[in-house]
Amino acid sequence: MTQKLVIIGAGMASGRVIETLVETAPDAFDITLFNAEPRGNYNRIMLSPVLSGEKTYEEIVTHDDGWYAQHGVTCRFGEHVVGIDRTRKVVIGQNGEAPYDRLIIGTGSAPFIIPIPGKDLPGVITYRDLDDTNAMIDAAQKGGKAVVIGGGLLGLEAAAGLAERGMEVTVVHLMGHLMERQLDEAAGYLLRRDLEKRGITIKTQASTKAILGEDKAEAVLLEDGETLGADLVVMAVGIRPETRLATDAGLTVARGIEVTAQMQTSDPDIYAVGECVEFDGHLFGLVAPLYDQAKVLAHTLTGETDAFVVRDIATKLKVTGCDLFSAGDFTEAPGREDIVFRDPARGVYKRLVIEGDRLVGAVMYGDTADGNWFFGLIKDGTEIDEMRDTLIFGPAYQGGDQADPLSAVAALPRDAEICGCNGICKGTIVDAIEGGATDLGAVKAQTKASASCGTCTGLVEQLLQVTLGDGFELPTAQPICGCCDLTHEDVRRLIKSQELKSQEAVWQELGWKTRNGCHVCRPAVNFYLLADWPLEYQDDPQSRFVNERKHANIQKDGTFSVVPRMWGGITNPDELRAIADAADKYNVPTVKVTGGQRIDLLGVKGEDLPFIWADLNKAGLVSGHAYSKGLRTVKTCVGTDHCRFGTQDSTRLGIKLEQALWGSWTPHKVKLAVSGCPRNCAEATCKDVGIICVDSGYQVSVGGAAGMDVKETERLIDVPTEAEAIEVTVAFVQLYRENAKYLDRPYKWLGKVGLDWMKERIMDANERARLIEAFELSQSIYRKDPWAEHAQERAASYAPLADLTLEAAE
Amino acid sequence: MSWIDIGHIDDIPLRGARVVKTPVGCVALFRTAEAEIFAASNTCPHKGGPLTDGIVHGQSVTCPLHNWVFDLNTGQAQGEDGRIATYPVRLEGARILLDGEAVGKRSAA
Repeated sequence: MTQKLVIIGAGMASGRVIETLVETAPDAFDITLFNAEPRGNYNRIMLSPVLSGEKTYEEIVTHDDGWYAQHGVTCRFGEHVVGIDRTRKVVIGQNGEAPYDRLIIGTGSAPFIIPIPGKDLPGVITYRDLDDTNAMIDAAQKGGKAVVIGGGLLGLEAAAGLAERGMEVTVVHLMGHLMERQLDEAAGYLLRRDLEKRGITIKTQASTKAILGEDKAEAVLLEDGETLGADLVVMAVGIRPETRLATDAGLTVARGIEVTAQMQTSDPDIYAVGECVEFDGHLFGLVAPLYDQAKVLAHTLTGETDAFVVRDIATKLKVTGCDLFSAGDFTEAPGREDIVFRDPARGVYKRLVIEGDRLVGAVMYGDTADGNWFFGLIKDGTEIDEMRDTLIFGPAYQGGDQADPLSAVAALPRDAEICGCNGICKGTIVDAIEGGATDLGAVKAQTKASASCGTCTGLVEQLLQVTLGDGFELPTAQPICGCCDLTHEDVRRLIKSQELKSQEAVWQELGWKTRNGCHVCRPAVNFYLLADWPLEYQDDPQSRFVNERKHANIQKDGTFSVVPRMWGGITNPDELRAIADAADKYNVPTVKVTGGQRIDLLGVKGEDLPFIWADLNKAGLVSGHAYSKGLRTVKTCVGTDHCRFGTQDSTRLGIKLEQALWGSWTPHKVKLAVSGCPRNCAEATCKDVGIICVDSGYQVSVGGAAGMDVKETERLIDVPTEAEAIEVTVAFVQLYRENAKYLDRPYKWLGKVGLDWMKERIMDANERARLIEAFELSQSIYRKDPWAEHAQERAASYAPLADLTLEAAE
Repeated sequence: MSWIDIGHIDDIPLRGARVVKTPVGCVALFRTAEAEIFAASNTCPHKGGPLTDGIVHGQSVTCPLHNWVFDLNTGQAQGEDGRIATYPVRLEGARILLDGEAVGKRSAA
């Protein structure tokens, strides 16, 4: 007997149910199909190509009117369903009722709208269906600016489509990197880079506060106060199951309509399928599981036994030219290990996540050809132990011999290109080596190979090894750490020349072998980035040693020392009283006068730091940076103020220098001193910069040491005025910031580059002016008191996250 | 196990750590990735350094005092004879749940 089957919603899942039913049991059901949209089923995942103009709506229609007619489906399109009467077993449509024996709810999902002012303004649209797509296409024809809120799959497809249609697009994304649910940071970085290349502006960690406008959307206001002009605002922050009909009908609904593995709701005659359902705690947004559900439901309806199971799914972004793939569970967990492969030259990143002897997740960017093979390994739970070493290279490498890099280089033909930047072939390099260029420097000088970006350095060295045999010893230059093959100097140079402005960029472009560096390279890279890109790069506290993260010096028992700044070593009774009060209040066990003319409060508990700082701030005392790779102290003598031998006001110059330099980050700590006469009471000649005042002016000397090494400073220049002494000092510190290796004190750096090299630059008026300007630019960000900022804004982070001992004592 | 809600994932900075005081002593929660959390003893077995103050990298932490590196999966110190206790912790959505029993908290009667 023919049963009456009513279906609410003509989406991809219900479409697949109908297809299966009319194929396997064409006469079993008399089907009525409601759809709120005035059209039938089309391939919603192809809306993005429609938006970008690569396809038309007609090309993505799955079932046209003829198809429905041919299979006897009664279509009630453009008609909203008002309710379900389960007692009488009828669906109530706007234009009348439809009785059912079995009912399928396929209402799909509704876009999530952030509850902010302006969300209902004309010009604010979501991205779910063809009408939304057409609205975007219409808006794009007028040109102008679009802001897409949400940097997930849908948001980015919308952004790319709008950009393709000529709009100026900004994506505002709440999280730290794009598509954080499908991608890790590294792949997110590459995606961002590719989208930015298409002129799309990306703002991450950006929260939307309101949409502004009178009668239509005109701008988007962010939490940080920035306003983005917008003729069109697309809200693509997520979806939620559309469950209103089910809830009204009294079905069991959690986040979605709850169904069994047979897609049955709490009413045995009512089924649900697609994005509106919740099964075993899972919601579904991608098409593969929806098709699985549809198949199970069709089988259930025709009396076959079948059960839906949740499977791993793979994601691809449908933006032409952005090649990304993610599958399985790559959001790591304890016990999982990573295999990471990066090919900077091709912009390729691959990461495999392994648990035990199985592959459980994969993220790939740039080269996704092996994606389906990896996906197969994940789905099948294949044991990968045997191929683990070569797994990341894909199926082509399995079962073969271990690749030997030297024999691979030896096997290259003479016309194989080694240096991509300068177009140098293997033959040219081999000829140069055979002609007497027997080390890397000589090859570089003669052929220009590896003289630009440097990423082929390893290849050139292998050619030296292959050509010279035992006559060649690999240079002893040490890489920063095990995370990479490059020296500090190489990394610094490449950060500048390749304009790398984030840690993700450095890890990717310079071929880091670990997920995110280690305690050795992270602080170095963080410094290089902030020194070279002060405006573009944001300092990362998590890449700093604890002292610089907590702005205090950690002691052997885990407590901290606190040293307030005393400009030029000058203090006064009010400051001293505040220090004494703080020492009392926070039970500071030791108060010590330091060699740099400061007072050190030792033994402060970590959780007290923000409070002692707030107290010291009240007395006008700021951080003395006694913990930083930065300006520590400027030591002075009393100069002409009191001393009968003083020739210049050394105290005033010391204070001015300290006020110019404080807060700046340097490769290692920097200590200065200014003495008022050659008797040198401030001990200036063993400092990083030491200034001796004389009758005729100021003798500026640099590169002293009085630590593990003891070394007298070397004279840089004599200048007649205080202002020029400050200029020269600032220029020197900036030159050091721009060029030295992390953790080299100035004297070590000078030992490498030579005093003459440095002098030449400081003496060149243009270069000196540039250095001073660059330093001032950086100081516009960093010349501020970190104590005040932390005490006011980050105090909570110094306290324990939770205290479970209190309740236990009850 | 008795899972105790400790806080929101964003209470811990990415590649950062926070302390939780427990009956078995200070436990460190490490956030090694957007949605990846480990829990282990906060005290380095070498000289007692506070591991929450260390640099978090990969699935490891480096002690701030003398650079011992601990694998947070196992608690084992890299190349040293020493390890730290690890504790069950998991994420439910954005909430961090720590196993109360493992950190010596009596389960609710």
